[in-house]
Amino acid sequence: MPDAQAQAALAFRENHGRAIAILARVLGDLDLAEDAVQEAYVEALRTWPRSGVPPSPAGWIVTTARRRAVDRWRREQAGRAKASEAALLFARGESEGAPDGIAEAPDVRDDQLRLVFTCCHPALSLGSRVALTLRLIGGLTTAEIARALLVPEPTMAARLTRAKAKIRDADIPYRVPPAHELGERLTAVLAVVYLVYTEGHRGTSGDELVRVDLCTEALRLARELADLMPGESEVHGLLALLLLSEARRPARTDAEGRVVPLPAQDRSAWDRGLVDQGSATLRRAREIGPPGPYRVQAEIAAVHDVAVRPEDTDWPRIVELYDTLLALTPTPVVRLNRAVAVAEVHGPDRGLAALEGVELPGYRPWHVVRAELLVRAGRVDEGVEEFRRALECPGNEPETALLRENLGRLTGRPGGQR
Amino acid sequence: MTHYMLAMHQPDEGAPSADVLAEVMRRLDELAERMREAGAFVLTAGLQPASSATVVRSEAPLGVAPGEFLMSDGPFVEAKEHLGGFWVIEAPDLDAALAWAKQVVAITSLPIEVRPVAGLVR
Repeated sequence: MPDAQAQAALAFRENHGRAIAILARVLGDLDLAEDAVQEAYVEALRTWPRSGVPPSPAGWIVTTARRRAVDRWRREQAGRAKASEAALLFARGESEGAPDGIAEAPDVRDDQLRLVFTCCHPALSLGSRVALTLRLIGGLTTAEIARALLVPEPTMAARLTRAKAKIRDADIPYRVPPAHELGERLTAVLAVVYLVYTEGHRGTSGDELVRVDLCTEALRLARELADLMPGESEVHGLLALLLLSEARRPARTDAEGRVVPLPAQDRSAWDRGLVDQGSATLRRAREIGPPGPYRVQAEIAAVHDVAVRPEDTDWPRIVELYDTLLALTPTPVVRLNRAVAVAEVHGPDRGLAALEGVELPGYRPWHVVRAELLVRAGRVDEGVEEFRRALECPGNEPETALLRENLGRLTGRPGGQR
Repeated sequence: MTHYMLAMHQPDEGAPSADVLAEVMRRLDELAERMREAGAFVLTAGLQPASSATVVRSEAPLGVAPGEFLMSDGPFVEAKEHLGGFWVIEAPDLDAALAWAKQVVAITSLPIEVRPVAGLVR
């Protein structure tokens, strides 16, 4: 079978989180679990081309990885007094029921949740949580994560090592948090998935506006979480938000890779299938709980997604939703976005008034919104100055190109030179 | 079970009034009692102000007997906040240690660094 290696790569990627989750419990150690899965992968690359892809790749991976871990443990413990522990471990592993059924057992969901809450423990920095989640649950290689997050590979490797060492040394528990802690802990989990998506959707640096892998990865993680925690409203809220944003992705850049702002997007290119999935997920979120920040953002995305033409957008509804969001998360960025909606309903002067007290110097979107509102209010000179400040802020290349274009149009000079 | 140090960092200036401080100390005593009842308590120490500290050092590298010792007045790190006290506790995992730390924060309103202990000799 010529493509058995590609199938092995895919099977390991798809089943990575589940395999690590099961093995971490059986072996009691994340590092051991990771090494064991890696060894199983090497074996799959060797044997699958000859023997074919096994009927249950997930079961094969877990069974093989566990055997490798036990072998290795025995090898390493040989000559030491700890051989009895290996025997114990082996016995524990072997009593887990039919080998091929292990990856489908009902308690695997608990294992997966344990892994999620461990990788996303709030005692780990957000950057570490993101790295661990992509590595252990997403099954991305260190090199892939480094490339996706625009970090040198050794830096990413060090970050992962440090995070795993902290889990071990500080004894971060491998378990689903009790009900009274679930809210706080879930927030830490959802922030990780959201960051993975926003990094993919709007890179803060780099040449491409959209880095496809991270968006896809975030959607996969969000779908998995919704499946694992069907009763948590905000999990569905986040999934709905990602689906409804992802639906617009085909129209966000043109054929040359330039960014297309929302009003100018070809709405026929929006993915209706994703809009429908997102809307259904949003309905589910509404059914099971009170509005949370992710659900309200999904509601806003949904208002945009159902507008056939830009002028059909229900901006008064969007202002209302931003008021709700502001009450939940009173941050300057939410006030900035609310000001944009206010300007659509009541004009640029009211939009600028809504920006009073919002100070985000160095944050490009703040400068861009101010620039556009100033220009629309007829204060072109101030707008030009603001566009220049926006250009000095960090941001990705396609956005920078669009800003230069806008500035050039306003000043009548290409690139907006003085 | 793991040992953790809960290190309390407090500003050098702006100590609360004697009344407020007495109430904080009373509640910390109660907390130590709860730790003891839960089998988590190992030891605790409150420290005199950082300005009363003395640092002893030598230029000799590791493994070489120092020829002379240098003394300096004041804490090791010049900062506006210093270690003001600490607890050593025993807890089943980090979550349990963090739960104790939250109780200290609730009483003192000071940041508490929770750090696993690598080795404890008693």
